[in-house]
Amino acid sequence: MLGYILRRLLYAIPILIGVNLITFVLFFVVNTPDDMARMQLGAKRVTPEAIQKWKAERGYDKPLLWNGAAAGMGRLSDTIFFEKSARLFVFDFGAAEDKRDIANEIATRMGPSLALAVPVFLVGMLINITLALFVAFFRATYIDVWTVVLCVALMSISTLFYIIGGQYLVSKLWSLVPISGYDSGPQGFKFLVLPVLIGVISGIGSGTRWYRTLFLEEMGKDYVRTARAKGLSEPAVLFGHVLRNALIPILTGAVVVIPLLFMGSLITESFFGIPGLGSYTIDAIQAQDFAIVRAMVFMGSLLYILGLLLTDLSYTMVDPRIRLE
Amino acid sequence: MRRTVLVRLAAPLLAVLLCASCGEVWNDPYPAGDRGRNILYSAFTDRPKHLDPVQSYAEDEARFTQQIYEPLVQYHYLKRPYSLVPLTALEVPAPVYLDAAGRTVAADSPAVAYSVYDIRIRSGIRYQPHPAFTREAGGGLRHHALDAGTVTALRSPYDLPDAATRELTADDYIYQIKRLAHPRLHSPVIGLMDDYIVGLKDFSARLKAANEALRDAGTPAAWLDLREHALEGLERIDTHRFRIKVHGRYPQFVYWLAMPFFAPIPWEVEKFFHQPGMAEKNFNLDWWPVGTGPYMLTENNPNARMVLARNPNFRGEPYPAEGEAGDDKAGLLGDAGKAMPFIDQAVYSREKEGIPYWNKFLQGYYDTSGISSDNFDHAVRVGIEGEAGLTPEMEAKGISLSATVATTIIYVGFNWSDPVVGGDSERSRKLRQALSIAVDFEELLSIFANGRGIVAQGPLAPGIFGYREGRDGFNPVVYDWDAAAGAPRRKSLEVAKKLLAEAGYPDGRDARTGLPLVLYLDTVARGPGDKARLDWWRKQFQKLSIQLEVRDTDWNRFQEKLRKGSQQIFILGWNADYPDPENFLFLLDGRQTRVKGEGENKSNYANPEFDRLFERMKHMSNSEERQALIDRMVRIVRHDAPWMWGYHPKDYSLAHDWLANSKPNNMARNGLKYLKVDPARREVRRREWNRPVLWPLGLGLLLLVVTAVPAVISYRRRERLGARGGPQAAAAAHQAKG
Repeated sequence: MLGYILRRLLYAIPILIGVNLITFVLFFVVNTPDDMARMQLGAKRVTPEAIQKWKAERGYDKPLLWNGAAAGMGRLSDTIFFEKSARLFVFDFGAAEDKRDIANEIATRMGPSLALAVPVFLVGMLINITLALFVAFFRATYIDVWTVVLCVALMSISTLFYIIGGQYLVSKLWSLVPISGYDSGPQGFKFLVLPVLIGVISGIGSGTRWYRTLFLEEMGKDYVRTARAKGLSEPAVLFGHVLRNALIPILTGAVVVIPLLFMGSLITESFFGIPGLGSYTIDAIQAQDFAIVRAMVFMGSLLYILGLLLTDLSYTMVDPRIRLE
Repeated sequence: MRRTVLVRLAAPLLAVLLCASCGEVWNDPYPAGDRGRNILYSAFTDRPKHLDPVQSYAEDEARFTQQIYEPLVQYHYLKRPYSLVPLTALEVPAPVYLDAAGRTVAADSPAVAYSVYDIRIRSGIRYQPHPAFTREAGGGLRHHALDAGTVTALRSPYDLPDAATRELTADDYIYQIKRLAHPRLHSPVIGLMDDYIVGLKDFSARLKAANEALRDAGTPAAWLDLREHALEGLERIDTHRFRIKVHGRYPQFVYWLAMPFFAPIPWEVEKFFHQPGMAEKNFNLDWWPVGTGPYMLTENNPNARMVLARNPNFRGEPYPAEGEAGDDKAGLLGDAGKAMPFIDQAVYSREKEGIPYWNKFLQGYYDTSGISSDNFDHAVRVGIEGEAGLTPEMEAKGISLSATVATTIIYVGFNWSDPVVGGDSERSRKLRQALSIAVDFEELLSIFANGRGIVAQGPLAPGIFGYREGRDGFNPVVYDWDAAAGAPRRKSLEVAKKLLAEAGYPDGRDARTGLPLVLYLDTVARGPGDKARLDWWRKQFQKLSIQLEVRDTDWNRFQEKLRKGSQQIFILGWNADYPDPENFLFLLDGRQTRVKGEGENKSNYANPEFDRLFERMKHMSNSEERQALIDRMVRIVRHDAPWMWGYHPKDYSLAHDWLANSKPNNMARNGLKYLKVDPARREVRRREWNRPVLWPLGLGLLLLVVTAVPAVISYRRRERLGARGGPQAAAAAHQAKG
């Protein structure tokens, strides 16, 4: 097992270098260091000297990928790519282009993102699985049909509609919770009720349908028929057999998402004024802040790799037949 | 069984209700302990990038920095036209003119080589409490050698004990002016000030060398003590008096003294923030400003909220006793002479989206709001004669509306170096004039801006010296004067078509080639929301049978086009830095073109006569002679038409009736200290507008029960069937279903 984990972590290194290189190339195809300087320095009264100074200060006055003027390894290492990328592998994210510390910013924003994403994930999964089991139990009845219709309807509505509609009804018309805002600790509860509710409801359609399919597939198998033939009650069959055997596909979808919960939700955080990581990357792209973009893409890739590894590990816990070697 | 299900469903709901019902209003986004307190609530959309006054130049930053920092002078809050009054200075600095030999000469003397501003500041002004000022009994600065552990444990600089203060001195202004040239900072005005403040360029070079020496010594982040480096144009006379020496005559310099670029910075604070570990925690002047103003920044979370609290050391500036006509009637002079500020705290929450911002304003959780296009019809009713008033719903809430024309111009530029629309040939001039007539900005304002703006008649915005109103101020190239209406009337399309034909494009075709005339609009507007506006632009050109091709691009490429001069027609805007005509007319100065010198003249317009008049006008004080020069300059550019003059936007803002002393001011951003709130009235209104409606909760619960009941019945029926028939019957029943 340990060898497997180590091997997977080593595989991650070339993947991360590749992701970093692609990010770098894509970013600098669109933005030159001059463009970045102009964006950071503002639109008014920017002089060529100020642009040069800005670039030199941040090392953007060097060649992008290959420094022909340098000698030896300097040709590779004395470049923007190397200088900006190498430190990421020791988790030194450095400072944003406005000189604010990125690690500090990520640490500050991660809490609010998790405060929203974790309950949405957990409550959502609980409700979706419960509802899917419920529908599977009543399969081919009018309850099943109408629940599927409802799920399709829920899936067809955009998240934005849920948010705006939810804010209008719950916060504005009924005055039950604040429209937007955030606070840490117990005070934050009133701000999170509505976004969590909306996050859960907007995910019910797709979640329930997905789990229902998994459960129905399991319910058609021989061991379920055997269990029923033995006289087990339907709840015992569903929870004791169907749910346990459906855990592998559930885990495949769920565990891989867990690390990405850190990255936040762009639209929900934006509309509810939650100061999370959701918009950090998008804002950085708009502000042409390469330091943040590369740090966030790196972190996203790393978390995704970690999620896949966790998924593999979780298989061994739910299925004793699986061995990682 | 049913009871258990009900209890399970109701428990979390009850928990929500119990928690939320701690206060009377459930949707209050602020802590219950703040209710009834003397706090102003507002919002911001974009996070401020810089709070260091040497770097900050954006509007969304000024709303914070200008409450904290005090430059030498400020704009009068109520009087119009905008005028400067002393803030920390004893009087508005007036220059003494010197010749090259240092002898005093008259202001209009051709021998003027320098302007010297002798500035006296008030005594007894003290900084906000800050740990950077705290001294040991022996006189040493206590918190200037913090160990790494202490810095790491800090969440804010104010966590350090025994914050202290000290008196503002002339040295602090000198220190800040030197910071304009700091090699590790980026002041947007250094390029401009280099040309004016004597010795600044040389000083910059010396600082750069000193900084490089620190880098070579392996201490690139060490504090660079600017006190050790002299700047020729600055002279300290005594604790409260200093001099600034400026090259030549530059009357606009005094306006710069009203900006945070010239606000005082104490060296102790800069040094304090240069301690190891501070930068990693974002502890610097760009994040934690320190000033002498009425407020201090106590919470800085630009992702969520910024809090300004009353500076306990503020001296208590008196509210103005004079204003313009109508201010007394509007109740704006009721607090004349009273010590400011009136509000204890200002809480700014970040609202990225317009919908929550607007709804929270309507709920009473923000004291003021602007009006977006989406909410315009909800808030404003435009009368038959175009006058704006509030809708009955807004009036019922006691909301007031204020409108002011911004000192801004949105213009459509023609690139002077373009072979078709540019240059001073009669052909291109008539083409530009024809287009200026054809493009109906009145319609644009009506369709796309809810009428929020006035059509520009020239480069100057209203409220700026030199701007003329009515018959004296209309643009005769584009308009005729309608004596009956007492307003200018856009010339007919026939006139435009005639001009176009004279330009050599009859019916929109090149008379020489017979080919249709195709023009290009370079723009960054390329979102789905811009389509209607771009279609409108095409239709305007189509009136003259001219095809308009829209070349949309991103911001970087657009800027590159401007730098290279490869754009043809473009739309841009300009916000005044200060209320002087020079700050608008320089946008057309031929020596400040974007192509040749990265200047702000982005249409690259060049007219030697205009440039000559500009050179004379910019050094003059406001007078009839200056007005006459401006009139001549405006006539020239109207005739040449390097821009379609576009429009001046109108800013509308709404305020609740518990907010007093609110008056829009396009120049001053330090308005917080003048405002007053009535927290008791606000509390009553909030309660009235935000009564929780509980029936939907009951209905939701009922709905859950109603939907659960058939399922439970069905489940029981199945279970009974299974129990009666044994395992085989149950399995058969499920097989039959499956």
